[in-house]
Amino acid sequence: MSILRSLALCALLAPLAALPARAQFAEQSQSSASSIPQSHVIQADALNQLLQAGKQKPALLQVGSHLMYMQAHIPGSQYAGPGSQPEGLAKLRTHVAKLPKDQLIVLYCGCCPWNRCPNIGPAYAELARLGYTNMKVLYIAANFGADWVSKGYAVEKGE
Amino acid sequence: MQWKRASSVAAALLLGASLSFGQGSLLNKPAPDFTRTTLDGKSLALSSLRGRVVLLNFWATWCAPCQAELPRFAAWQRQYAAQGFSVVAVSMDDGPEAPRALIRRLQPGFPVVMGDDDLATLYGGVLGLPVSFLIGRDGTVVERIEGETDLAALEARIAKLLASPSSH
Repeated sequence: MSILRSLALCALLAPLAALPARAQFAEQSQSSASSIPQSHVIQADALNQLLQAGKQKPALLQVGSHLMYMQAHIPGSQYAGPGSQPEGLAKLRTHVAKLPKDQLIVLYCGCCPWNRCPNIGPAYAELARLGYTNMKVLYIAANFGADWVSKGYAVEKGE
Repeated sequence: MQWKRASSVAAALLLGASLSFGQGSLLNKPAPDFTRTTLDGKSLALSSLRGRVVLLNFWATWCAPCQAELPRFAAWQRQYAAQGFSVVAVSMDDGPEAPRALIRRLQPGFPVVMGDDDLATLYGGVLGLPVSFLIGRDGTVVERIEGETDLAALEARIAKLLASPSSH
């Protein structure tokens, strides 16, 4: 009986895929994290070294959850809106509007495992579409907590 | 200026060290109590569920793995409620509109509250989803479950907890 109930619930949930809040998942296959070229992916240790060296000053943009950004983010980074949503991409466009096309931009999210992240792929694709050529995307295998904070890299809290 | 920069770097490093994010920091400790208003307007205190096994689930509408879990949790809520099992869901969405719409359609049968920075910090930082806490009947945290998990195995652990009311 419980199996029947579960099946019925799954059937009930299926149409939810058409809801606006779910639309991001439909887009994921077209602009998922796995579509980002490896040459544009940066590992956490390499980014940490880059930031520590201080020779280059990348524009660091978090393109995921604001609530998670408030809890912890990479020092110097700015919140640029969730890449999975049109209003997030609009915010991202505003953030980069005055940057030269060859500016080093580092995008990161870390809301979810890399291959399930709804934000990073669309954000990368949007900047590529706008002609930005010097982008790096921070590879976060599991989430920001496990792959950045727990490894002891610097973070700060707040808006 | 350099001193100021060095100070802020040190502050950032200290903050990193002070963030209590991490596996197991709440294990075998009392689950931090909180009171929030559910999305359907009722007041919920976690401590009011003392005596029940509670699955406290942090989720969001944009989290794909969370979407796989919610229907299962709803099924467990119905299946095990009479044995003393409760699910409490904390939405980490940036606003209540999306979770409210989802919950209205899903009708999961368990309370859903909105999360915030304070609540996330109370639970050691929620810097990735999904994250769940399995809380025993005595109110202590038995397990922190992070990321995609084997739901069948989790259900078995819940059933085991429910079957042993004396422990936890």
